[in-house]
Amino acid sequence: MQTQTVLAELFPNQLEYHIDNWVIRGSAETKVGKVEIIGTVDSAAINHAIAMTLANEVLKVIAEGKKTPIVFIVDTQGQDSSRADELLCLNRTFAHLAACVDLLRRNEHPNLAIILGEAVSGGFLSYGLMANQIFALQSSQVKVMDLNAMSRVTKIPLEKLQSLSQTSAIFAPGVENFYKMGAVDDIWVQLDEHLVANAIESQQSHLDDFLIDKRRHVAKERDGRLLCNEVVEAVLSA
Amino acid sequence: MNKSYIQNSFYEKTARNRIASIVDKNSFVEILKPGSMPTSPNLASLDITGSFDDGVIIGKATIKDNFVYIIAQEGQFMGGAVGEMHGAKIVGMLLKAIEEKPKAIVFFVDSGGVRLHEANAGLIAISEIMRAMLKVRNAGIPIITVIGGTNGAFGGMGISACLSTHIIMTEEGRLALSGPEVIETLKGVEEFDSKDRALVWRVTGGKTRYLLGHVQVLVEDDIDDITQEIIAALQLPVANVDLSYLQQQQDGLQQQYDQWFGKKDSLSIWQSMNINNPDSISMLSAEQVKAIKKG
Repeated sequence: MQTQTVLAELFPNQLEYHIDNWVIRGSAETKVGKVEIIGTVDSAAINHAIAMTLANEVLKVIAEGKKTPIVFIVDTQGQDSSRADELLCLNRTFAHLAACVDLLRRNEHPNLAIILGEAVSGGFLSYGLMANQIFALQSSQVKVMDLNAMSRVTKIPLEKLQSLSQTSAIFAPGVENFYKMGAVDDIWVQLDEHLVANAIESQQSHLDDFLIDKRRHVAKERDGRLLCNEVVEAVLSA
Repeated sequence: MNKSYIQNSFYEKTARNRIASIVDKNSFVEILKPGSMPTSPNLASLDITGSFDDGVIIGKATIKDNFVYIIAQEGQFMGGAVGEMHGAKIVGMLLKAIEEKPKAIVFFVDSGGVRLHEANAGLIAISEIMRAMLKVRNAGIPIITVIGGTNGAFGGMGISACLSTHIIMTEEGRLALSGPEVIETLKGVEEFDSKDRALVWRVTGGKTRYLLGHVQVLVEDDIDDITQEIIAALQLPVANVDLSYLQQQQDGLQQQYDQWFGKKDSLSIWQSMNINNPDSISMLSAEQVKAIKKG
């Protein structure tokens, strides 16, 4: 689905934004007030310039001190794999972006990510996966790697991975699997103007709860990841 | 320089031996030790033999009488990659630190990143590690990371490592996001020749990371030197990750980008830093490289 169409459905009121170098920046009015929109479009391959721009926009919103909600738009094919980016330690810039999103949470800004197109590994890790909540369009592609590439790297036959992906959410790409594993809060099928406002309103009533990462508990409830919560609890009680 | 670096090498050791050779004698108490938990059922379903520790060892110890938590990834098991159990052990240890407040967490990172065999669980586990690391820092507990193993710190573990308060790195350790092989596969050998070892180290290795300010300390691949640097790091204050701290980081990143982005080899950066004979840096010891930076 086109970014423009999706945003118009989610934010019918006073929506304005611009797109530059794969980065989208804008704002809209909702029934809970103004929200800021920050993210990437067109399956961005995230490089230093994009990651630094995203981080800077997050810091500017925090610096205003108004606790304005941020909606992150996620559409990334992952990191831009280039020698020039690696030489300047792209992973460090990603860590910085992640720390900025974490500060947003600690400074009591409601925030959520919407996966509009693709959400893949490093790009997804650095901001989308750091948000308080993640919502995904049903048509979105969430993955670490596609099964063909995974089969090549792991030397496990594709047929075996395909058959296991029917029963296990662990390695098969797909938004439903990320939902089961606790990383996606909900899959949006029908879009309307209340989805974002309702999520923000609900966050505002219990913002402190998001200081605790509950994804492992959710994963257990949804039978997606069965081990992680048990292992963490075992360490905590050791 | 009569030390035998081979004998005392961090790089050559297993994770367990790294712990044993750095912490005070007999002080290490392992948590979830071998036999106390089952091996990964996720790997079993792929007919892969699991490991009794899932490739990461966690526990408590003292280093010169300082009480610390230890997390050590075992690079020899699936490249130290992060799967569901592996990630949960790290997250558990990080969260436990917030309750028990050790003097620091000492993290021996040795990992290619997400374990593809448990891809989704691995990716989410990395995200949980990242959030837990930031939480530990905000609780005022330092995370001292050592990168000097056979797998370096790549992918999601490359990102996580950079959330540490302090990174100690050897020249042999590598720190980056996409591995050279991945870039070569995606963009061709002209972009990155992964067989060119010298180039790989000039892009991702400890000397580059240290000279460009990506890590705090460069050290020889030597257990005693690494131990000394950990002890020194234990004395340092922990900066709060607040708005002014992150704004400063942002300015630093922007400055680095404006100065150097587009260069494809550290040699040309070292030249623009007015370092004499940049070609000779690969032959210098950690001490000599540190002397260059101090000027």
